Amino acid sequence: MSISSTTPATSAAADAEERAIPKQRGRRRRVELSEGKKQERKLGWLLCAPAAIVMVAVTAYPILYSFWLSLQRYDLKFPDEREFVWFSNYVTVLTNGYWWTAFGVTMLITLVSVVVELVLGMGLAIIMHRTLVGRGLVRTSALIPYGIVTVVAAFSWRYAWTPGTGYLANLVSPEGAPLTERASALGIIILAEIWKTTPFMALLLMAGLALVPDDLLKAASMDGATWWQRFTKVMLPVMKPAILVALLFRTLDALRVFDNIYVLTNGANETSSVSMIAYNNLIKGLNLGIGSTMSVLIFLTVAIIAFIFVKLFGTAAPGSDEGRR
Amino acid sequence: MAAATTSAKVKWGVLDAVVVVFALIPVLWIASLSFKTPATLTDGNFIPREWTFDNYKLIFQTDQFVRALINSIGIALISTLIAVVLGTMAAYAISRLDFPGKQLLVGVSLLIAMFPQVSLVSPLFNIERNTGLFDTWPGLILPYITFALPLAIYTLSAFFKQIPWDLEKAAKMDGATQGEAFRRVIAPLAAPGVFTTAILVFIFCWNDFLFAISLTSTERSRTVPVALSFFTGASQFEDPTGAISAAAVVITIPIILFVLFFQKRIVAGLTSGAVKG
Repeated sequence: MSISSTTPATSAAADAEERAIPKQRGRRRRVELSEGKKQERKLGWLLCAPAAIVMVAVTAYPILYSFWLSLQRYDLKFPDEREFVWFSNYVTVLTNGYWWTAFGVTMLITLVSVVVELVLGMGLAIIMHRTLVGRGLVRTSALIPYGIVTVVAAFSWRYAWTPGTGYLANLVSPEGAPLTERASALGIIILAEIWKTTPFMALLLMAGLALVPDDLLKAASMDGATWWQRFTKVMLPVMKPAILVALLFRTLDALRVFDNIYVLTNGANETSSVSMIAYNNLIKGLNLGIGSTMSVLIFLTVAIIAFIFVKLFGTAAPGSDEGRR
Repeated sequence: MAAATTSAKVKWGVLDAVVVVFALIPVLWIASLSFKTPATLTDGNFIPREWTFDNYKLIFQTDQFVRALINSIGIALISTLIAVVLGTMAAYAISRLDFPGKQLLVGVSLLIAMFPQVSLVSPLFNIERNTGLFDTWPGLILPYITFALPLAIYTLSAFFKQIPWDLEKAAKMDGATQGEAFRRVIAPLAAPGVFTTAILVFIFCWNDFLFAISLTSTERSRTVPVALSFFTGASQFEDPTGAISAAAVVITIPIILFVLFFQKRIVAGLTSGAVKG
């Protein structure tokens, strides 16, 4: 039990230390900057500048521009009717049933796939980490879903469930077409997501698993702890930061779901995600105003969820793990 | 660990087998489809009863696929090169140098790693339309670099932590400047980490669909994942399943090669970059 209470405490202390040290150094340096230090600073800025400029230019500016566009009526099919309309696009989107259906679908896919992936990913991480035979083989196979192009995997699943062509088509019902019914289509989308991203989740969890001291597991097992007790009382507390990072990354990634839906159903039968309808409004509908409004709303949703994660889990969330030792 | 007993080995062997089968079935299925003849395409058999290479011959005869393949390779390679160079510079500074604004940069890259990409699609669509970048290689390379940079910076700084930096000190003592020490001593030592990062970044660019389908409109810059979704077969009335499967297999080959040859590196890269609290 001692592990669970000391680990967060020490990491929190370390974080506080890391935050404090640069400040002290900064103060000392301001008094007298040696030639070498000045050079170091300059080099640091110089080396980071290109990366920083690209990242900010391609994200910060467009998102602000997106907000500006979202305040306008701007349809590329009727460019003459462009007009500043304040928040009326937001009213249009937020009172629209399609938006909320897509929102619900996105949340459902995210919730179910992340929960299932956490369980399967933990299992896979343990297998990859502890297996006595064929470790290389298992890791290599698990990396294939991670690396494969999502569209390719999606086509494989689509053909697998296509009546006549596929080996899975008759699994659910003998004569139905699973991809054309809402419930089964959503199930298949979630299955495709889980297949593709469980290995990524497992790899992040494996990083945490590597931090669990073997001696501790041995000691626990000698004290008569069952497998389940060792898992919940020894492994989970040590792995907590890794689990939170994995959950955060996968949740935000799952909210972006697009490729699988595009290929599997193309959003038919109310299976669109928010990314799908934003894309449809923009590229198919050429409605920049509404498309941008959705972009801003999706951005806000993700920001709020990320914020809740960081608040809920405090210093254990990845926002605090940048201070590297 | 206690000495491995036979029964433990069998137990792990069974678990391994489950993972391998689960991971490989969709890949084998699309490969199987690509080798089926049109007559047996819809028989639902997992293993083709009649084998043919016609699907592959067909796609390599079409401009649509060959052009998309060139686009995919070119765009992914250029994006990887630029992202890794910029990422290496930044990661070196983050892991080695002390300068104000360092934490800010790390924070910004973390934010971008979580950024919903679709939020950029509409503004970038309009910006690129107005600046002539729409439907060009640079129009895709730019967002790819942006989203690859956080990945590159994180993975590379994790690798850079493990380098014996005393060598750098020694070089500086011998009169080398910080810049020279970087180029002559550290860069060669860092090469394996840089290479691993390059693989991860390449996979990311190779994989993208959302930007590729939103910011392109013709064969000029369409990448394979997008071209796949537009395949119609040799004629409009032909079922494109075989052609799509063959094209899908072709773009899966580099991934399989990476995974086969660099499994250890990829695992190390993904696990070290993410969690080192």
